[in-house]
Amino acid sequence: MNALLLTVLIWCGGVAAGLLGSLTGLGGGVVIVPLLALVFGVDIHYALGASLISVIATSSGAASAYVREGYSNMRIAMFLEIATTIGAVIGASLTTVLPPAIIAVVFGGALIYSAYLTSHPPKSTAGCVPDRLTAKLRMNGTYPTPEGPKAYDVRNVAGGFGLMTVAGALSGLLGIGSGALKVLAMDRIMCVPFKVSTTTSNFMIGVTAAASAGIYMGNGYVEPALVMPVVLGVLPGSMLGSRILPKAQLKVLRTIFTLAILALGIEMIYNGFTGRF
Amino acid sequence: MAQDKRAELDRTLATVLGHTLRIGVMASAVIVLAGGILYLARNAFTSPDYRTFHTASTYSRTLPGIFENALAFSSYGIIQLGLLVLVATPVLRVVFSVIAFAIERDILYVVATLIVLGILLYSLFTGGV
Repeated sequence: MNALLLTVLIWCGGVAAGLLGSLTGLGGGVVIVPLLALVFGVDIHYALGASLISVIATSSGAASAYVREGYSNMRIAMFLEIATTIGAVIGASLTTVLPPAIIAVVFGGALIYSAYLTSHPPKSTAGCVPDRLTAKLRMNGTYPTPEGPKAYDVRNVAGGFGLMTVAGALSGLLGIGSGALKVLAMDRIMCVPFKVSTTTSNFMIGVTAAASAGIYMGNGYVEPALVMPVVLGVLPGSMLGSRILPKAQLKVLRTIFTLAILALGIEMIYNGFTGRF
Repeated sequence: MAQDKRAELDRTLATVLGHTLRIGVMASAVIVLAGGILYLARNAFTSPDYRTFHTASTYSRTLPGIFENALAFSSYGIIQLGLLVLVATPVLRVVFSVIAFAIERDILYVVATLIVLGILLYSLFTGGV
């Protein structure tokens, strides 16, 4: 395949990945890595590099819309980014020593676990009581609804911080945004409303990925000619997604989210075990 | 600080951050696109090989190398310059957040944000090590 055709096909994949990534808060990486590695036969290190960069584009592109919408919680984001960036540096360093097949299997496992968790309906956030720590950290906030701004309280910041460290490590190890885990840490553990969780997660993804980017670039994972169509495809895709989000229904979002990550997870594990990496 | 004043500052912060992110992403996209067009104009009918990882690559892995190549109108160098702008966008957002929290005299979050910035700069400047 010549470079022109390959570039056009990868660009199309980037558009689809950006749309899905921004709608679900995933960050696009979960589609980019399997797409490049499984469909185009790209070496996993190049796939990780292209994915990580596209994750930053998705995050920044969509977040520029979200912050104006008023969904993101800056204090929650910034505090938990301490955990995600430390995790990311550890995870990205691991990619330089681990065999590709192991990275592929961990990738699949992370996806399937996220799919399992999201397929179980969340508890209502109505009964959430803030604990002393979150009150001290002033993490409570409001978000827009059709009936006007709605206030919410958060809890268990320590549990959220712990899971965010894991999310950061997986982000650095797998070149993904770890949006699924970030959303779970906020939505489930910290009791943050789902839309606030997805948009705050999307905001955090870029900073987390930037912590891995230096390590990826320094090791040559970021192949410019390959990353170029991915990033240029992901950008319009994620912009479109961020426009649809305020109108999208949560149930539909969760279903897309679950099915997509489940299918990709199975495929990655299968290929990891059959030695295709 | 009064609740409504804090909310107002939060909104200002959000607006500034939103603009920063958008300008950074746009600038990055334009530079990457320029480099991409140059790459395709020169290499459209070559067959790139991404199947195996090349430890000795044709593109630079260091900041001075990338700037040098971009100035020499290397398509790879220009694309990489655009990607650097993209990576810098979230970093710049963290820098803005430090300033914004400092204006609010929110010491706790100034410290939290400085820790995040320190980790980011550590990674970016010691990357290959």
